[in-house]
Amino acid sequence: MSARTRELLILILVGLITATGFASVYIARQNEISPESLSYAGFFFVLYLIAHVVARFTVPDADSYLLPMAALLTAIGLTEIYRLGPTDALRQGLWVVIGVAAFAGTLITLRHDFRRLESYKYLFGLSALGLLFLPALPKIGHSVNGARLWVRIGSLQFQPGELGKIAMIVFLAAYLHSKQEVLAQGRPKDFGPLLAIWGCAMLVLVATHDLGSALLFFGIFLAILYLATARLLYVGVGLVLFLAGSAGVYETTAHVRDRVTIWLHPWTTQAIPCPGHTALMPRQECASYQLVKSLYSIAAGGFSGTGLGKGTFTLPSGGNLIPDLNTDFIFSALAQELGLVGIAAILLVFMLFTVRGFRIALVAGDGFSKLVCAGLTFGFALQTFIIIGGIVRLIPLTGITLPFISYGGSSVVANFILLAALMLISQRANEAA
Amino acid sequence: MNARVRFLALSSLVMLAALIVASTYWQAWAAPDLANKNDNAIRQISEFTIDRGRILAADGTVLARNHVVHTNNRTYYYRRYPLGALTAAAVGYATQNRSRTGLERSASDYLTGADQSLAGALKQIGDRLLGSTIHGSDIRLSLNLSAQRAAMNALGANCGAAVAIEPATGKVLVLASKPSYNPNDVENHYGRVLGIKSPSCKSASALIDRATQGLYPPGSAFKTVTAAAALDSGKYTPDSSFYDPGYCIDYKQRVNNFTNHDQQGPESFGNLPLSKAFEFSVNSVFCNIGNALGIHKLMDYARRFGFGDKPPIDLPSSSLQASGLYSHGRLLSPSEDGFGDPGRVAFGQGNLLVTPLQMAMVAATVANNGVLMRPHLVDEVIRRNGKVDKLAPQSLGRVIKPETAAELTQMMEAVVSGGTGTAAQIPGVRVAGKTGTAENGPGRPNTTWFIAFAPADAPRVAVAVVLENQTGTGGTTAAPIAREIMQAILASTANSNP
Repeated sequence: MSARTRELLILILVGLITATGFASVYIARQNEISPESLSYAGFFFVLYLIAHVVARFTVPDADSYLLPMAALLTAIGLTEIYRLGPTDALRQGLWVVIGVAAFAGTLITLRHDFRRLESYKYLFGLSALGLLFLPALPKIGHSVNGARLWVRIGSLQFQPGELGKIAMIVFLAAYLHSKQEVLAQGRPKDFGPLLAIWGCAMLVLVATHDLGSALLFFGIFLAILYLATARLLYVGVGLVLFLAGSAGVYETTAHVRDRVTIWLHPWTTQAIPCPGHTALMPRQECASYQLVKSLYSIAAGGFSGTGLGKGTFTLPSGGNLIPDLNTDFIFSALAQELGLVGIAAILLVFMLFTVRGFRIALVAGDGFSKLVCAGLTFGFALQTFIIIGGIVRLIPLTGITLPFISYGGSSVVANFILLAALMLISQRANEAA
Repeated sequence: MNARVRFLALSSLVMLAALIVASTYWQAWAAPDLANKNDNAIRQISEFTIDRGRILAADGTVLARNHVVHTNNRTYYYRRYPLGALTAAAVGYATQNRSRTGLERSASDYLTGADQSLAGALKQIGDRLLGSTIHGSDIRLSLNLSAQRAAMNALGANCGAAVAIEPATGKVLVLASKPSYNPNDVENHYGRVLGIKSPSCKSASALIDRATQGLYPPGSAFKTVTAAAALDSGKYTPDSSFYDPGYCIDYKQRVNNFTNHDQQGPESFGNLPLSKAFEFSVNSVFCNIGNALGIHKLMDYARRFGFGDKPPIDLPSSSLQASGLYSHGRLLSPSEDGFGDPGRVAFGQGNLLVTPLQMAMVAATVANNGVLMRPHLVDEVIRRNGKVDKLAPQSLGRVIKPETAAELTQMMEAVVSGGTGTAAQIPGVRVAGKTGTAENGPGRPNTTWFIAFAPADAPRVAVAVVLENQTGTGGTTAAPIAREIMQAILASTANSNP
């Protein structure tokens, strides 16, 4: 069986799972949604068939599991977004179309040799910085929950950091690939650019107030640095620098300090002062309201969950129990409706995707491809860890999106480009073999 | 470079695996804890999407039913209590804002259908998957509504409580506490419930179920337990002779009979048998018995009657109190120093505190030939498919020998026929009882008691009544209330139990 035929068969399976998901949401909530919305599943399947056909022509020998796994994750996300609010699902559906178009566009544009990107490395580096600092600009920059990650132009709103992340990985891979030998010798003057990157990560942290994005960028940077130079010492020094920088930001930035306090002590037994309110109240009803409500949602799912469409996310009066449920907190919505069984399955898909990504990096023939591929895959895994880890209280909560699942256009488009990149590298590696 | 890629892959997988571990922690390990947090709205709301079963009185009258509200495409089942305050002590309430109490809390598994057999549980999982509403089972209580009404009316404006039990089965027929509250007010008019005042007691605390939670000194009503211990130990018979000088020497101090408002007749009885001392509630005699038995022997018998632990009734543990010897609000265990003073405890003073439910269990045990039955309110569970599960009575074991019970019954009958409890007489029915009038300090009003059962020869009801802040005695204040409750029960069971 060819790689693409296997991909098609798995896609059909994913299509069936998607149809089941939409059908169960429809059965549970038929008094508020119309049967036409069931056509989502069909529409979705056709969309992925198109992606498959493009892949068949451009990357026939690429990994056959990545596209179906991405399809499954977007389908799970879209099903849950649809369950939480059918209007958001329509918009998300459009973003998935754009995402698939970006996927197809990337495959078609770079089908001959993606490695020529290496020569544009400074362009990538500059655009990465530009995209990262875009939200910090006055007028168009926009804060959500105290973190300045968004750009809003008219009614269009997106998180440029998502695309910035990919540009940054391409730049780092290209730069470190070219300086590999020099850096491995460890001469002080070669560390200039690295310190510059560290400085930039810290600037991002200060400018956007977001520990999560800073952690993500710096984590990716250290990973690629380690891959290119084989020096764990660099990683150690880097981590120390990052921790020192974070401590500094912790001391000076109230927002970051609050996040850490919420992480360590979400519940208080006593009423404490609450910013924006005159009355004293326990922290779980004030600063850590969102985190605590989300934990209740996860716990309510238990082992098997309430079933799709049967979870409790609104008060009898109609108000929302958990703010930002379909973006930052989609995991806790899924945890309530699918339970531990469903959540473990989703996390296993994330793990499988990561394994496939690293496998491509292992078989890739050249250093640049290896660095890009491993960097992108590591970024994917780290981003998943940072957002879900925040929700399950492993680390302080930060507002970044869950790859492929969260509601949000920039995230969907960026992840489809990442998918295309992995498949291009896979194609080249398999072709050579 | 591949070794480094593998290392990075391994680190990534460890990070993602940590997420599965953390999710398991929240969804399996910490879930019960989080479910009980009082700001956990999800749990509270989702419980109100279950079509809870009704709570019925013994005659089928609805005590709790659902009030169905459709909002925002969901159906919520809120609770309504058609009889309001009448049965609040037993039924309790289930609300979104104030969680649950009473049977609404302790019988929730029946009411939500969560107690099902495997087949039932599978159907419930099926219902959940299909998105259909979960239907709970109805429960039928043993509460006798006419007697409950009689008890609440007879308690009137007093602060106090009454419990009636069917001796042979442990079925609770009456569970009354005054002042009471309207459970329909709890959800949206909680202030009203908190604002309930009573002319008879300083802190009305209407939400306290005095029948199961109220701790009172039992006074002479406890002499029933002392007499049971005395007779059952074989050291005494009803004819054992005593000399009453009008006081007893306890810890080298004179304890006068005069302080015993319950006592009838002269201040000093001189020579008299145990049966007469019981009939006229002579403190000095019981003081001497207590000293002779010792505190451990005495409290060992009390423990057999159920003292020392919360009664195993089907109400939530949080609304129960254990009867026994207390010090500064803490229940003492027998191994502790200064456990109790046998002389004073023997006639129901000292550091002894009891609940009406416990005293009703004492009366019911004597009535049931010395065997204690587990008191229970839920009589049967009526499934949605019409299947009825009857809950079998449960014996908690023999407390005293049948002969002891028979002798004690005779002594208790004498109390009602010619002693301190004549106000409990019912024409044509032999009634056995014991009065109690506990002092709360000089110049302060008394706590009065009456425990009884009837008919003495074939008991169908055992009852305990307590009243706070009384100037009269147990015989004049509590005995008439006990009589009315017993009459109501005997009248309503006359047909079914010829």
